[in-house]
Amino acid sequence: MLHCRESARFLPEVTLGIQAKEFNLGFIRPESVSHADIISTVEFNHSGELLATGDKGGRVVIFQQELESKNQPLCRGEYNVYSTFQSHEPEFDYLKSLEIEEKINKIRWLPQKNAAQFLLSTNDKTIKLWKISERDKRPEGYNLKEEDGRYRDPTTVTTLRVPVFHPMDLMVEASPRRVFANAHTYHINSISVNSDCETYLSADDLRINLWNLEITDRSFNIVDIKPANMEELTEVITAAEFHPNQCNTFVYSSSKGTIRLCDMRASALCDQHSKLFEEPEDPSNRSFFSEIISSISDVKFSHSGRYMMTRDYLTVKIWDLNMESRPVETYQVHEYLRSKLCSLYENDCIFDKFECCWNGNDSVVMTGSYNNFFRMFDRGYRQDVTLEASRESSKPRSVLKPRKVCTGGKRKKDEISVDSLDFNKKILHTAWHPQDNIIAVATTNNLYIFQDRL
Amino acid sequence: MCRLAFWSMSLQCWDDALVSALVGWPPWLEASVQHSSQFWMANMYSKGTKRKFFDSVDAAMDNKAALYSRQRQSLLDMSLIKLQLCHMLVEPNMCRSVLIANTVRHIREEMTHDGSWQLVTEAFGGSGPSDHLVATEVLCRSSALEQQGGGPKLYSVMGYDGCREEEVVTDEALCSVTFSDGAPSLLGTIDHCWDRAELRMAAVENRVIKDSGSEVESGEGAKTVMGQVFGTFEIKNVAPGSDLALEELFSAVDASYYDLDTMLTSIQSTPKMGPYNLLDSMASSHGPTSNSSCRTDLSELDHIMEIIVGS
Repeated sequence: MLHCRESARFLPEVTLGIQAKEFNLGFIRPESVSHADIISTVEFNHSGELLATGDKGGRVVIFQQELESKNQPLCRGEYNVYSTFQSHEPEFDYLKSLEIEEKINKIRWLPQKNAAQFLLSTNDKTIKLWKISERDKRPEGYNLKEEDGRYRDPTTVTTLRVPVFHPMDLMVEASPRRVFANAHTYHINSISVNSDCETYLSADDLRINLWNLEITDRSFNIVDIKPANMEELTEVITAAEFHPNQCNTFVYSSSKGTIRLCDMRASALCDQHSKLFEEPEDPSNRSFFSEIISSISDVKFSHSGRYMMTRDYLTVKIWDLNMESRPVETYQVHEYLRSKLCSLYENDCIFDKFECCWNGNDSVVMTGSYNNFFRMFDRGYRQDVTLEASRESSKPRSVLKPRKVCTGGKRKKDEISVDSLDFNKKILHTAWHPQDNIIAVATTNNLYIFQDRL
Repeated sequence: MCRLAFWSMSLQCWDDALVSALVGWPPWLEASVQHSSQFWMANMYSKGTKRKFFDSVDAAMDNKAALYSRQRQSLLDMSLIKLQLCHMLVEPNMCRSVLIANTVRHIREEMTHDGSWQLVTEAFGGSGPSDHLVATEVLCRSSALEQQGGGPKLYSVMGYDGCREEEVVTDEALCSVTFSDGAPSLLGTIDHCWDRAELRMAAVENRVIKDSGSEVESGEGAKTVMGQVFGTFEIKNVAPGSDLALEELFSAVDASYYDLDTMLTSIQSTPKMGPYNLLDSMASSHGPTSNSSCRTDLSELDHIMEIIVGS
């Protein structure tokens, strides 16, 4: 299950060989590949040392990068399992007679302030703040207690000693520190920590709330797009994110393909946007599915804060925050699916929510596709590549080959035709290390970590 | 779980939904629904190419506009069925529901423009298809569908901890549309909502008859198919004798409905209008008189169903 091999750069101009590691999230229950193992979110922490995944069963699994070893100076450390805990449990809403899924929709790390790590994880209704701390010493030599914990008879104590810390096997503990509940009527789709490290936002289909990390019984509603008459509802919020540097700015995207940038200094309720980003529809491509494929599934600011990226069904768009009229760059992820929209509508694949991510210096963006393919777009070199995350392509000492989808006419060798694509194998969640060329790619229930050679 | 065994639906994939929704259905029905789906798929794939996949009967229709209209109709049918299927154990994805509803609205607007929607309206004797879209919403737990005037009203209530709102769909319009023959209000509400399986079977049955070969012109095709689809949601003016068994069943259900509901849900102390007030009003108006606020909590009706079927 674990592979490690020689590697090279990602980008297409050099040989693509990737040091790969594959994790099957079913390793905890290896006897079955169950629904609960479906990965639902992937996120690196701010240093990149830790990688958190959430799954449909409400579990969070954290991987930690090993320190670079002297034996393999050309390889960065591998990622190994660091901690596993059950974040959310299934619940039942008795008022509506509906189940509340325990699936982890999003995980966001807080910047590290002390020895412990903190992350926010959320399901459809409840956000939790988890503290992950290490314990590698334990005190021994108590006066009133025996080593096994039994209390000693005080009358037998004749001398006093100071307990000392002895090393022990590393133990990683995860404890819930805050539970932010009962603030969302609809399903939470996004959480985002503010750059002030004190507040964060949570967004559901119709509302966005602002929380203080210390206060769990109150949140402020800052965006509300619920119409007075629900019969008039035609648009929902699909994603939201705080600006990486400006603590007063956030954006949210909608199912109609618009992005609104809001400034919290302007008013308490940010229903009036400061900027509206929308690309005019291409009349030649208009169909009954135009609106559905324009629905934005993910929005991410660049690390610099100058750009933002949006993902809709067929494209990735880069927007300059200073220009609202149209994106500055548009990348086709899988344009060959445009003629298949009818059947993708029928099997519901057209509603798949793909995520996207930036690399550390905002020069490359990455997103997933079907058939376990994922795509990278180099903004500077104007090149793109399609790669596959699969066991076959991750064999030891082989390079990660670029893949190509044949759209019509003669199919060349090694190309795959559109009709052979497996639409059940979709890569919805990807993450890029904040500094290095290390990526985490989640297939249905496997996690692949690829890194290039230094 | 009994509920899963009975309704057994999943939205992961349309195919999965079809398969799992058909658990427990008779084989002839399964075949016909899948046939419809494949027929639709064949239509879609053949768009723009030679119509090799069409029935020989339909080969007579050489009109490109007719083809487009037919495809549009199929898309409308499928969208409506998708909305129906969105009622499940877990609250349906609102974004998906809204997008499908917008698609339906878009198709309807286009059909209104080229006049084919008028045929539908006439077919239903003046009661607009919007009323039937009302019915669609009721069957779909999501409150995200567009309605025209007279659609279900939604009440926002403050939940038990003061921070939550609960949306409750009431289908006043539904009640007013569906009963014109003095049938008990409860009958109409529940009938329309709980016996989806039976109604859907009827719709598919009609569809099978249609597909299996009558010559249909595009206008009439739209009319009949939409009639079938919308017909599943409409409670027709049933002859008094024909649903005796059903009525008996319902009368047996009624009392236990409220008991179960009281048992299942905690009583709220909020003075505002809530789902329980509506149920209380239903209880008090139980009988042939009232058409007013009828609440349709479909999952609770499912509970009732289980109890009946289980016993």
